[in-house]
Amino acid sequence: MLQVVCIKQVADTETRVKVAADGRTLDPAGVTWILNPYDELAVEEALRLREKLATGEVVVISLGAAAVATTLRAALAMGADRAIHLKNDTPSPDSLAVARALADAIRPLSPGLVWFGKSAVDDDAAQVGAMVAELLGLPGVTVAAKFEHQGASARVEREIEGGREVVEVALPAVITTEKGLNEPRYASLKGIMAAKKKPIEERAVELGAANLEILSLELPAPRAAGRIVGEGAAAVPELVRVLREEAKVI
Amino acid sequence: MSILVFIEQRDGQLRPVSREALGEAVRLAAALGGPVVGVCCSASDPGLASLGEAGADQVVFAQHEAFATYDGAGYAAAVAAAVKQVSPAAVLFSASALGKDLAPRVAARLGVGLASDCTAVSTDGGKLVATRPIHAGKAFQKIAFPLSPALLSLRPKVFAAAAAQAGKSATVEALAFTWDAAAPRAKVTGSTGAQGGRPDLTEAEIVVSGGRGLKGPEHFALVEELADALGATVGASRAVVDAGWRSHGEQVGQTGKVVSPKLYVAIGISGAIQHLAGMSSSRCIVAINKDPEAPIFKVADYGIVGDLFEIVPALTAAVKQLH
Repeated sequence: MLQVVCIKQVADTETRVKVAADGRTLDPAGVTWILNPYDELAVEEALRLREKLATGEVVVISLGAAAVATTLRAALAMGADRAIHLKNDTPSPDSLAVARALADAIRPLSPGLVWFGKSAVDDDAAQVGAMVAELLGLPGVTVAAKFEHQGASARVEREIEGGREVVEVALPAVITTEKGLNEPRYASLKGIMAAKKKPIEERAVELGAANLEILSLELPAPRAAGRIVGEGAAAVPELVRVLREEAKVI
Repeated sequence: MSILVFIEQRDGQLRPVSREALGEAVRLAAALGGPVVGVCCSASDPGLASLGEAGADQVVFAQHEAFATYDGAGYAAAVAAAVKQVSPAAVLFSASALGKDLAPRVAARLGVGLASDCTAVSTDGGKLVATRPIHAGKAFQKIAFPLSPALLSLRPKVFAAAAAQAGKSATVEALAFTWDAAAPRAKVTGSTGAQGGRPDLTEAEIVVSGGRGLKGPEHFALVEELADALGATVGASRAVVDAGWRSHGEQVGQTGKVVSPKLYVAIGISGAIQHLAGMSSSRCIVAINKDPEAPIFKVADYGIVGDLFEIVPALTAAVKQLH
């Protein structure tokens, strides 16, 4: 079974966000770029299934500028077999345009499973996986915290408010991954060396007209300075008083 | 032009997040003119006429026996059919677990953009502008919609329900839609509860979170006792989740849950940037930490500096005395 994992290069979660001169995008100066943490879970789960079945191929796909190649190499170093780089120098913040480009690339591969992270920690949109399921006409399960392959189907547990839903999904299917699904492996030195020889196929893609327009990117207004109500347990009565009388939250 | 609102039900019960979406729809409809129309997918009517009190003028009801549980493809087919019938200016979803799965599917079917997890919506000369956090709240995008309808999902606990219009009833009309339930699908076969009756982190009014200052998983009982006294849900920092003290589902921050409760209590949490991103939109923040220089105090409304092992039990006792 061929499995596709769609991955995204994102700014590290320790990044201090600055707005670029255009007033609409993140200033990339000084940003460390990483493989989206939720996508690591997707890569790991695909690799585990390939290892369990002892057959098949894991293909990672990413859309973006030339720098995205380093993130594709990171997934190859974890153990993916090959990569497809959909090259576009001005990546759209528009999830539907991205989903259409990914779906077009995935369709001819006829995968048994298509994996995504549940969301990317940059735009937090959580849209592309579910959109690709619709565009490919495949069943999809988002926010999977447990996955069991059962031949022609899979049993998936997805996080919902206050618990989990158990879903039986027919394959081929699209799955998006949540923390707790697995512990992603670190690339071994051998894996990193092997990744250098694995193929990355480059294809230029156009994203078409925008479906959303970003008007501005703004930093949040800083919270008004708070105050220390006191030190130690002696300050508890004053804290309770301000929470009741000033903030009116208890 | 009307505003269409997706009405969420679970196990035949209407979910409170839909009243929040209806509340925002009432405000938008007042600015743009036009009715508020609900669309609900369910196996049986969960009491849709009562949504008149929450602001709905009309509800179109997609009834199917398979809709006793959530089905992404089936729900998306029904909502797309409702959009064709109603021709709304905008469609509002809740950014709940269900809404986050459904809204992008509907967007893909309709071929329009979706602004997800919005925290504010405004109208500018008859055009909608959505505000949404990115990088878990470190920055906010303002978004316009070149195509129609505009699709938005709204962050739970941010938008207020409309003032109840006592006695107002919504008209309920059956929706015709086509969906092949026999096609290969993702079928919900059961569910498990995990949090012992406490509300979900994303929907809780009060969240009490613990961090590494607790020194060990056994001391989380202090956090739980305070949470019980306040009727709160328990959260955790990434450090303690990574250390295996608490489950991933309790993590607050950029790679966990983003929360906006009315009260957030941070206990023994220093305030790493990725944690602050996940909770700094809370209405009121209380920090308890031994280090007066901890970054958490820069976002906290109220702080106590000192030994949490003395302060937290005293706070729990004081809260219990209030009730």
